[in-house]
Amino acid sequence: MMADLLLTIKDLKIEGRAGEDWLPIIKGVDLTLHRGEVLGLIGESGAGKSTLGLAAMGFARDGCRISGGEIVFDGIDLRKASERKKRGLRGRRIAYVAQSAAASFNPAHKLIDQYAEVPVLDGKSRKTTQAEAVTLYRKMQLPAPEEIGFRYPHQVSGGQLQRAMTAMAMANHPDLIIFDEPTTALDVTTQIEVLAAIRDIVREYNTAAIYITHDLAVVAQMADRIKILLRGEQVEEADTRTMLAAPKADYTKSLWAVRSFTRPELPHASTAPLVSVQNVTAGYGKLDILRDVSFDIHAGRTVAVVGESGSGKSTVARVITGLLPPRAGQVVYEGQPLPPDYRARSREQLRQCQMIYQMADTALNPKLSLREIIGRPAQMCLGLKGRALQERVRDLLALIELEPDKYIDRLPGELSGGQKQRIGIARALAAEPKLIICDEVTSALDQIVQEGILKLLDRLQREFELAYMFITHDLATVKAIADDVVVMQHGRIIEQGPKARVFSPPHEPYTELLLSSVPHMDPDWLTTLLTARA
Amino acid sequence: MGVLWFLVLAIACSIPLSYVFRAAMAQVLPHDMAIAARDMPLTAAFGILVIAVYIFIATFAPLLAPYAERTVVGTSFQPWDSTHLLGTDRLGRDMLSRLIYGARNTVGIAFATTALAFVVGSLLGIWAALRGGWLDQGLSRFVDALMAIPSLIFSLLLLTIFGTSVLTLILVIAAVDATRVYRIARSVAQGVVVMDYIEAARLRGEGNWYLIRREILPNALAPLVAEFGLRFCFVFLTISSLSFLGLGIQPPMADWGSMVRDNATLITFGDVTPLLPAGAIALLTVAVNFVVDWQLYRASGLKEQG
Repeated sequence: MMADLLLTIKDLKIEGRAGEDWLPIIKGVDLTLHRGEVLGLIGESGAGKSTLGLAAMGFARDGCRISGGEIVFDGIDLRKASERKKRGLRGRRIAYVAQSAAASFNPAHKLIDQYAEVPVLDGKSRKTTQAEAVTLYRKMQLPAPEEIGFRYPHQVSGGQLQRAMTAMAMANHPDLIIFDEPTTALDVTTQIEVLAAIRDIVREYNTAAIYITHDLAVVAQMADRIKILLRGEQVEEADTRTMLAAPKADYTKSLWAVRSFTRPELPHASTAPLVSVQNVTAGYGKLDILRDVSFDIHAGRTVAVVGESGSGKSTVARVITGLLPPRAGQVVYEGQPLPPDYRARSREQLRQCQMIYQMADTALNPKLSLREIIGRPAQMCLGLKGRALQERVRDLLALIELEPDKYIDRLPGELSGGQKQRIGIARALAAEPKLIICDEVTSALDQIVQEGILKLLDRLQREFELAYMFITHDLATVKAIADDVVVMQHGRIIEQGPKARVFSPPHEPYTELLLSSVPHMDPDWLTTLLTARA
Repeated sequence: MGVLWFLVLAIACSIPLSYVFRAAMAQVLPHDMAIAARDMPLTAAFGILVIAVYIFIATFAPLLAPYAERTVVGTSFQPWDSTHLLGTDRLGRDMLSRLIYGARNTVGIAFATTALAFVVGSLLGIWAALRGGWLDQGLSRFVDALMAIPSLIFSLLLLTIFGTSVLTLILVIAAVDATRVYRIARSVAQGVVVMDYIEAARLRGEGNWYLIRREILPNALAPLVAEFGLRFCFVFLTISSLSFLGLGIQPPMADWGSMVRDNATLITFGDVTPLLPAGAIALLTVAVNFVVDWQLYRASGLKEQG
């Protein structure tokens, strides 16, 4: 492993502009990378992972500047190198794979044309370049490698696009690739394919890589070494196996411990269901998204609805809330059928069912203060006014563990991601509902923050006898919080029942696939799994 | 040559003046606005200063003007002297006084018109975006049809039909301009109505009025404010051109557009007096656009953080 040094970063400092001032983002980080080595970079959002990754290319985002330290790539000092020289390196000797391949491809050009852009610029013939592209596509295990390059980005799936992007990064056999959360936006089942493809090709070409992610289990599969960042400072660095087995710093240990949150399972419900979805078929236009879906939600219990994206999970929520009237079937609330369209429901019926959204940024009106965001449902649904309303808002803030005096007049933009999600919870609670639908509420959050939100939801459930419908693709969350599980695929329910039964063998094949695709903290997990599947 | 030197001198003076004005605003205003004032570009300070002066003149016109708006106080076309600082017009009325009263009429009417166009246009636009469906289609196609007619000709037509009182003038121009505001408000609101917070508000049973007022309008305000400034200039110019054509503000009321027309003969004698109202229009237009540019820059979010 002690081959020649490829990249050395010493005491790197990067600052970001905040009005007139410059605030530190990276506060003196060292990093070394040898040829053919994969370094995993871990940290919460805002820890400076991406900034550090980009700095390895000698690049700072708009509004940021590299203010100190040195970056040496294969003997070239990137801080002193001219912009022209750096441009010559980028895409040729250093490549970058972004988180969202869909946003990084130009939708107006075919994949192979985008692949060929740099090589053709460098004087290779179009024909050889295309032949190479096909070879790489095959190595990346893309289906129909000869033809897939001639499709446009919207004609292939997210996982395929991410692999096509990696192939594009490999086009010039770079010495270093920076992967910035390449699988974060993908489903677990797709993630595995992408991970395996990336790992194999990096090994085959002996390319060094910096793999940025917040998912420990993923990085354990990919990296030789792991480096942990916290608020722009390095916390710890060690070989993957050492790091997994014996983390030293407290922060690292807390990262490792996050997934341990579980709660005692409730005995199976015998009472009448609170909400019952009965034989619902629904969809948009001519397309049926849901086909004959039925399940029950009981008071005080959590139903987790799991499945890949496109399986119809969120559509179920839209049917229950009345945003999408079903074509057939009905939603029954406490024995009474609910009007299919929310506009036909009474205020009382609307009050009973509230939603918490995945993206807190778009779920909270950025121009309203927390006082109004939380106060309005309480005012609307419970008819509170004046002092009583103010008291209620303060109580709710205290309930979600935000100090009322400090936060009540803030705007959502002045909160962190986790705090925003807490406000989303408070807004749902303000109406005193019986059912809360949580649509991927934790998937945009870091693991430590996720755990806080899950604990809060759990406490509130016990306090108020709430029923949750928890829509998620993250099986770790399901294992932590669910009482009952509904597994969905292509708009149908594959399997449903209490968590213990669904998660213990024998499984339906699809449930088996989902369960086995959840990455484990074991560095050999991916290899073992792929051998077992082959 | 004299005019050129005057312009250079005016620009040279306006720079330190704007600078002092900006510093003064940063001192006087409450905290949040003071920060905005401190960070604004000099052009914006200049724009605000000019607008403030115009508003001041329009408000206190009777006190500031040396003579009455409509009385004949001398012979026609008197040159500039100490009794009539800017001379007299075609009928012998004091030019300076009419210029000052003209600010009140032209700017006041333009403001009322733009405000009306905005209230109607943005409410309808947001409502259409919120409701969608046939209401949106109906309103939007109607607006498209109105916009297909050249606006000046359409206003002329309407004014010929309904007569040329100040009220009809305001209503006609507001109606024509509301179509433009409608399109902007609708497209901005379409971006807002798909947000989850709108869905959450709908699901708790909020009415259209609350949704428009509290949930959508605050998020659509920045582009609308910027548009307000631009639209104000257009309305202003429309009124002036209508007056120039004889269908706008009717004599003997003073307004800048008709003042240019009435005294146009003087231009052939090399006198700049008839161009002063035109200059007043130009200056206000430039000032408003400076402020609008600044608002657009702020709305783009580049300067908002921090």
